[in-house]
Amino acid sequence: SLPKKERDSQTQTIIADIQKKITDAFEVFDHECNKTVDVREIGTIIRSLGCCPSESELHDLLAEVEEEEPTGYIRLEKFLPMMTKVLMERRYRPIPEDILLRAFEVLDENKCGHLTKEELVKYMTEEGEPFTQEEMEEMLSAAVDPETNTVRYRDYITMMVVDEN
Amino acid sequence: LGTQLSGSVLCVTAFKAAVLIQRWYRRYVARLEMRRRCTWRIFQSIEYSCEQDQIKLHNFFSYLMDHFTPSSSKERDFISRMLTEEESYKDTELEKLCDYESVEVLDSYTGPHLSFPLLPDHATALLEAFKQKQQLHAHYVLKLLHETRRHLMQLPNINHVSTCYSEEITIWEGFAVCPLLTLWHLTYFLFSYVFNGDFVDRGKQSVEILIILFAFLLVYPKEVHLNRGNHEDHMVNLRYGFTKEVMQKYKVHGKKILKMLQNVFCWLPLATLIDQKVLIVHGGVSDMTDLELLAKIQRHKFVSVLRGKKRKGKSRHMDSKVINGESPVGVDPPRSSSFPGSCLQPGLASTASRTELSQWVRQTVEEELEKCRRQVGFSETPGDKELTCVSSVTMTESELESCETSESSQGEWKQIVDLLWSDPMPQEGCKMNTVRGGGCYFGPDVTENILQKHSLQLLIRSHECKQEGYEFCHNRKVLTIFSASNYYEIGSNRGAYYQANKTAHTLTLRQRISRVEESAFRALREKLFAHTSDLICAFKGYDQEETGTITLSDWATAVESVLHLGLPWRMLRPQLVHSTAGGLLEYKSWLDYLAVEQRSKEHIQSSLLETIYRNRSNLETIFRIIDSDHSGLISFEEFHQTWTLFSSHMNIELTDDGISDLARSIDFNKDGNIDFNEFLEAFRLIEHTHCDDKAALPTSDGC
Repeated sequence: SLPKKERDSQTQTIIADIQKKITDAFEVFDHECNKTVDVREIGTIIRSLGCCPSESELHDLLAEVEEEEPTGYIRLEKFLPMMTKVLMERRYRPIPEDILLRAFEVLDENKCGHLTKEELVKYMTEEGEPFTQEEMEEMLSAAVDPETNTVRYRDYITMMVVDEN
Repeated sequence: LGTQLSGSVLCVTAFKAAVLIQRWYRRYVARLEMRRRCTWRIFQSIEYSCEQDQIKLHNFFSYLMDHFTPSSSKERDFISRMLTEEESYKDTELEKLCDYESVEVLDSYTGPHLSFPLLPDHATALLEAFKQKQQLHAHYVLKLLHETRRHLMQLPNINHVSTCYSEEITIWEGFAVCPLLTLWHLTYFLFSYVFNGDFVDRGKQSVEILIILFAFLLVYPKEVHLNRGNHEDHMVNLRYGFTKEVMQKYKVHGKKILKMLQNVFCWLPLATLIDQKVLIVHGGVSDMTDLELLAKIQRHKFVSVLRGKKRKGKSRHMDSKVINGESPVGVDPPRSSSFPGSCLQPGLASTASRTELSQWVRQTVEEELEKCRRQVGFSETPGDKELTCVSSVTMTESELESCETSESSQGEWKQIVDLLWSDPMPQEGCKMNTVRGGGCYFGPDVTENILQKHSLQLLIRSHECKQEGYEFCHNRKVLTIFSASNYYEIGSNRGAYYQANKTAHTLTLRQRISRVEESAFRALREKLFAHTSDLICAFKGYDQEETGTITLSDWATAVESVLHLGLPWRMLRPQLVHSTAGGLLEYKSWLDYLAVEQRSKEHIQSSLLETIYRNRSNLETIFRIIDSDHSGLISFEEFHQTWTLFSSHMNIELTDDGISDLARSIDFNKDGNIDFNEFLEAFRLIEHTHCDDKAALPTSDGC
């Protein structure tokens, strides 16, 4: 392997790249061009950088970057080091397709390969970290097969994955 | 995730499963949202850089005036045509210009008939007709424009509206994809309406929108109020498509209609004031904005804000004024040597020296007359009145006077530009709006000053597309309203009007985003292609060892350094760069891939091609100006001259051979004329606009 000096320099480059990536993502939401974003957009930024935290994990991350006296805004100054660490440590990795499939199967009590619309709504709005009404409607619009009024989750997952790529 | 062992374990598992799915879904949505924002940024930065093109055009004209020495009378004619209003009519009377009497309405015409004064029935009949895709006859269009102008001329620069008369006031700005549906609101006239400019250049029904607006203006003068926007300007229309639309719909009389429209636009009020408390303007304000001054200027002098004051006597009735005691002789202004500014006919200019040429261009007949009138103590009244003025002004006096007049009209011009083109910014202060190339960026302190100075409470403006259709800023003292939904593309934004009605989506989030995104990225790739040479240079800078590859991070930095669009390239990269090996990009093949997409003509000098793409809006605009009769044809010589001038201004090396190659590649065989529409189309420089493109409009936001 490479001598330490070169390894260090490589790491520096990697860190610099990561920081530029984070700054780019941050700036998309920096509407007033003053290196701050609305606290409600932090989740979007973090997730678009490749991480997949749960709501409670997100909450913890936010606590790290919020001001002593919460202003409703998060500064890049504080966000950057936190996010760099998260990315370097590869935390909150995305969920692999097969795990996702198993999750749906758990909810599919009758093992029939699909969930009814009502079942999905019940689970998503009553279990876990419940969806808002808007989130629920949005998911239903794409997930429900209008002919059968069911969610064929295997197909749904495939479609979403293709979409993303 | 475990297996089902017992009820309680199942519950826990279901909980975990739900969290997993929700976590995954939220990430999916977040990524979509990011894509949506990035797409938005792309559109905005490209649009703004287009508007910046407009000022480049303006600079081009100034450059011509300052540097270009016409070496032949032909060149002089050519230049003069670019710098002054094309004058293909010999008549100077405005009445003759709009000349609706001579436009015959044949029996075969099945569209709506109008009679004046207009009644509410006429207005609703128009709406119905347009819904049936009928077209209003040019005769009625011209008459309508004539009557509209008469009405507008009575209005002050700043229109005062009172809510004592009607309880609520609704403010709209712009129309786009589903305009006629929105206009149904107009038939239920319970409120007053202020239309805050930019009635045209949005969507393909600008003509219909304008007709409806003007018709309702005439029928309900107390309830309908119009503000001028920056698109109520024929120079802007040349670029943005309204001119094209008019010519396509009115092949025979389009020119007349366009000329008449110029005279209507310049009479639109500049601002509306509600209850002395709320100021409505199209763009914004500047630290120099002076409402008292604005109230006094002659707004109709400024036909196009883009050409500044370099225009020929717009109100043709002035041309027939008496100068120096000579009686008006139809077209030709007196050839008095004391009025070099009167030499506005191209023919006359050919005898002038270079300095006089510049002078001539800088002056307008009206300025001459202005000082003329002042000298005899004559004050101008609005209207088509014949003014006579007698004076015996000497050369030097006239020069001095014209300088003064120039300065004051320069100041007036700035007042108007600021009102129509400015944008608010979060930072304090006031600086030039270099992005738009006109007006300024004004900060919260400027807003505060203006509001306080005139005891106002709120500034409402439009001019900028907002994703949600409206946005408050400057401590909620400034409200931006943007009513044209789907401004960039179906699904790109919602429209709004001041009564802030939230509209429902009909497409899913995913569907809306991918359509819009495709459009944005297409535009972006084209922009990238247009800068191929510069990009190669930049990339090579990062490839010292000449491996032919660069890192993706360097790619992002390089691209921004060339394009200056301020975009988050690292977020956009996945959509722009598809194949990378080990995090490295083979830049040459990536650029080739971009070129293939543009389906370029290989035998054309590649740098020339880039140039065309990069300057296509300006080129199209210049061509349209040269094509004064809107026939779509320009002579080969004019084409050549244009290129020569343009390339010298842009510092592009362009050989005569290069231009000839270009010309040869165009299928032109019409006696030395070039059908420039074909030319532009050949390079896919213009979008296909089919007149019969009546594809079903989806029900979209804001309708």
